[in-house]
Amino acid sequence: MAITMTKGQTGLTGNAAIAIAMKQIDPDVCAAYPITPSTAVIEDFSSFVADGKVTTELITVESEHSAMSACIGASAAGARVMTATSSQGLALMWEMLYIASGMRLPIILTNVNRALSAPINIHCDHSDSMGARDAGWIQLYSETVQEAYDNLIQAVRIAEDKNVLLPAMVCFDGFITSHAIENITLLEDEEVKKFVGEYRADRYLLDTDRPSTYGAMSLPDVYIEFKHQQSQAMAGAKDVVVEIGKEFGRKFGRTYGLFDSYRLEDAETAIVILNSAAGTTKVAVDELRKQGKKVGALRPRLFRPFPFKEIAGELSHVKAVAVLDRVDSMSGFGGPLFNEVRSALYDNEKRPRVFSRIYGLGGRDYKVKDALGVFGELEKVVETGKVETLQKYITL
Amino acid sequence: MENKKTGFPRGGVIEKGGTAHDYSTGGWRKLRPVVDKDRCTNCLICWVMCPDSAVIVEDGKMIGFDLEHCKGCGICAVECPDKVKAITMEEEA
Repeated sequence: MAITMTKGQTGLTGNAAIAIAMKQIDPDVCAAYPITPSTAVIEDFSSFVADGKVTTELITVESEHSAMSACIGASAAGARVMTATSSQGLALMWEMLYIASGMRLPIILTNVNRALSAPINIHCDHSDSMGARDAGWIQLYSETVQEAYDNLIQAVRIAEDKNVLLPAMVCFDGFITSHAIENITLLEDEEVKKFVGEYRADRYLLDTDRPSTYGAMSLPDVYIEFKHQQSQAMAGAKDVVVEIGKEFGRKFGRTYGLFDSYRLEDAETAIVILNSAAGTTKVAVDELRKQGKKVGALRPRLFRPFPFKEIAGELSHVKAVAVLDRVDSMSGFGGPLFNEVRSALYDNEKRPRVFSRIYGLGGRDYKVKDALGVFGELEKVVETGKVETLQKYITL
Repeated sequence: MENKKTGFPRGGVIEKGGTAHDYSTGGWRKLRPVVDKDRCTNCLICWVMCPDSAVIVEDGKMIGFDLEHCKGCGICAVECPDKVKAITMEEEA
């Protein structure tokens, strides 16, 4: 795990950092089933349980469907609940993901992004969490190990906020972030404990003085009202994410917002991209800036709810935008991030030209030269005012 | 817990117990249980076995069925002891 320990800096893999965050949060219940590349999260965390470092009830189940089911039961009973998974594991949770969000249970899930079968593949892309994008879970995407660690701690506060009460998913790239060691700064156990506070559900199944029913049927006379409430809570979560990100910054010096803007102020072209590949893109931005080219990058941190107004505002002055997806929606019309960003820009008076590029599926490397290639295409779009190729795969 | 604007409890939670009683399931019934009190020994096996708590008992005696909740499953008629067979299922008109 830790390889250095100087001045509060520690070398940790993404998975190890998440396990430490979970230890510091010390949830009441954790139900999980191991799957690559998120296995080490629960592996490390189960050591903490075995060593008595946490008070968590660890439930080892026979599948991810059962893991999420146990999380739902425990959360409805009033517990603070966490789990972790990847790829097929998240896919097997699908049915239960909607139940967790519909029942408004603030469960926290770490999803280490990995491609979905078939063909079977254990490496990074975003097809798992993007498939769950409409499941009613808050989704935070993380560029680095530090951000994954910080996001998990903030996710607890966001999900449990009285105006939100929705489950939250923290996503980061399989192997690239989960297994590579980065130098990060951990918070003190006490700091985390104080920041997340104690979870007290205002109503819960084990409250025998106030019996209640969870998961009752709701027919055409009321179903839509419950969904409307859920939708409003999701839309409102955006402000809570900003608030908590600011509070985190005030207390610990690292402020987080809805997205991360990189050299966008005067940019004429920009790449919009999630997670670790944003780091690669920033290197390309720096190289091009040295040549005097006005380029920038935007990395959404919050994907659900989608901060469409803020992103449209941030890109309003840009002439051409490339949205890069590490997943294909198989819709014949680009990836999910492309569709959201393009739709968000529709109401802008001056709309930038936008195109979709799909990259890095199944862990294919996305290199600086790939980002440079996309910026080259963007430059051409600005020159001609035309998008020659609306959508295509790169890194083939 | 409750949303002030809509009055609907968050997450579809039912915030009190015993509400199944308010939901009439009798309309689902195709067969109606009929008891012959001349044969009935008040052993109350039907009351124990009824999945809908639709067998009415007063002072230790089975006095009939709650047809607002009886779904007509026929378990009472099957469970009524062979020597007694006081319950028969009849077609709903």
